[in-house]
Amino acid sequence: MSDETRTEISTPSADEEIRDLETPAELEEARLERQTDEGAQELRPQREVVLTGGPWPELEGEGEGETMIINMGPQHPSTHGVLRVMMELDAETVVRAKPIVGYLHTGMEKTGEELTYVQGATNVTRMDYASPLGNELVFSMAVERLLDVEVPPRAIWIRMLLVELNRMASHLLFQATNGMDLGALSMMIYGWREREVTLRLLEEITGLRMNHNFIRPGGVAADLPDGWEDAVHQTCEQVEAGVEEYDRLLTNNPIWHERTVGVGLITTEQALALGASGPILRSTGFPWDLRKAQPYLAYDEVDFDVIYTENGDCFDRFRIRLHEILESVKIVRQCVEKMPTGDYRVQDRKVTPPPRERIDESMEALIHHFKLFTEGFKVPPGETYVAIESPRGEIGCYLVSDGTGKPCRLHIRGPSFYNLQTMNVMVEGRLVADAVAVISSVDPIMGEVDR
Amino acid sequence: MPDDEAREDAHKPAGDAGEEEQEKPAPPDDEVAAAIVEQFPATVFHRSHGQPVVYVDRSVWADLARFLRDEQQFTQCVDVTAVDHLLDAARMTVPGVAQERFEVVANYLSHPRNRRVRAICQVPEREPDVASLTDVYTGTNFAEREVYDLFGIRFDGHPDLARILMPDDWAGYPLRKDDAPARVPVTFKEDPGPR
Repeated sequence: MSDETRTEISTPSADEEIRDLETPAELEEARLERQTDEGAQELRPQREVVLTGGPWPELEGEGEGETMIINMGPQHPSTHGVLRVMMELDAETVVRAKPIVGYLHTGMEKTGEELTYVQGATNVTRMDYASPLGNELVFSMAVERLLDVEVPPRAIWIRMLLVELNRMASHLLFQATNGMDLGALSMMIYGWREREVTLRLLEEITGLRMNHNFIRPGGVAADLPDGWEDAVHQTCEQVEAGVEEYDRLLTNNPIWHERTVGVGLITTEQALALGASGPILRSTGFPWDLRKAQPYLAYDEVDFDVIYTENGDCFDRFRIRLHEILESVKIVRQCVEKMPTGDYRVQDRKVTPPPRERIDESMEALIHHFKLFTEGFKVPPGETYVAIESPRGEIGCYLVSDGTGKPCRLHIRGPSFYNLQTMNVMVEGRLVADAVAVISSVDPIMGEVDR
Repeated sequence: MPDDEAREDAHKPAGDAGEEEQEKPAPPDDEVAAAIVEQFPATVFHRSHGQPVVYVDRSVWADLARFLRDEQQFTQCVDVTAVDHLLDAARMTVPGVAQERFEVVANYLSHPRNRRVRAICQVPEREPDVASLTDVYTGTNFAEREVYDLFGIRFDGHPDLARILMPDDWAGYPLRKDDAPARVPVTFKEDPGPR
């Protein structure tokens, strides 16, 4: 078949036919037709390039001067998912940068209005997928506050244990991706390795590696498994060894310093004005941590330090997260030590499903179980805002109830959403390569940004 | 559910005039709220599950933010969001507040004083707009865009009020209660059809 075409084209008559074509476009098309018979994909010239996405009207018509506007992402590997950044460049210097989000928008807040309070945790846990337990915790705390339910002490300590393990996993993931973004590829492997250790422990406790749906309104889903203390200690040791390794690998590494020290500078005033929280705020010399400032769970009963540095650059944010892993290890060890006995969820049958054994012998237990899982529990009308310290900063849950079994409004204040706004300040006047370092050090989780 | 039906059934117009003439609510037991009530007399204080909440008039929305920042050391506006109360089964009532369909909510945080306060203003359906806080707290930029995107509430004075999460050509405001999610038909490729 292909031989036939080729012969035909090489004949003089066919050549004449091509010369007869008038416009260059037609000529081009004919040329392409001849080329495509070698088993190659047909490639036609694209006549018009339409850029779609977020508008940037103030930049229209400014491209013809010295600067140009380029687009990074949403599929760029260093944009942590689907962040898209539009940058105005003067040669290789970034004049302006604008993050464009929404590529992972799945309407989770809308979905939250359709799910009962019992089901709600399954939804919110998928927002910040690198620290799912933090999302579950803030949602559960908001529901409990609307219900005026007191959670038993063991549930509080289990929650604290889990969110700290999750903080370790999240920061380890940051170490991995931060290294990878800046070319320290071996760092990626080491970071993932230790994160896997923590995830395996979380799987042992909750049954799932991610999206646990373990912290629920009223307590936690199940008690800790047998032998959890040893597993936790073992994990802590492995993570500590890993952190020491990262420290040796990167902290005094001159190449690492070249890429991060003095890059992505931000001041306390800027960070506060832009709504930043978490390691970004702490890297500017502002020791603000909700676990210390407005203690929730039992953070006032454990001993840990708030890590903060003075310079506000990418290197500081890296160091803060590295040392926060060790602080979390410290908290986790104290959780093992001080773990109280007792119930792991409230024994109010209107909120908590009965234990499986009771369902077989008690009619009421069966009814409660059925009611809870079909229509859930009703929450009295009201509104509340609960904030906790997630690995990325202040994660808040604004919950409005209208007296039914489903929230009237479920809003999650994602720290990444606000932290992303600091990106512009950090990359202004820097090189394009620094933009990668900055995005990485903001540590945005797009699932939480777009929700 | 057709959009119009839902609106007719459940949406009551703004509260009666008589509601405002009810007895004065208790004086705020929160020092920030007390200062706000003194500065903006139309403000209603409410303690919601232990948290201080002030219901302010829409006209002083940005003034309140400026007051909190400049005189009350509120360093950060943590969050701006909105609520659509169109289909509420039972809405929490606060004496002295003439309720409208939308509520715009701002959470403020003072780092030096380590306290929070929440401000809520009522936004009617007829003219869903409120002053932007971006002049006072730059960080509310994204949040206000999100509220505009999902609720269709306009923020006057916002530097870049464009959709942020939804596609630019999206029609409607998804988090409004009368926005029907099934409006956009789901198309399946290669529908096998009946055998």
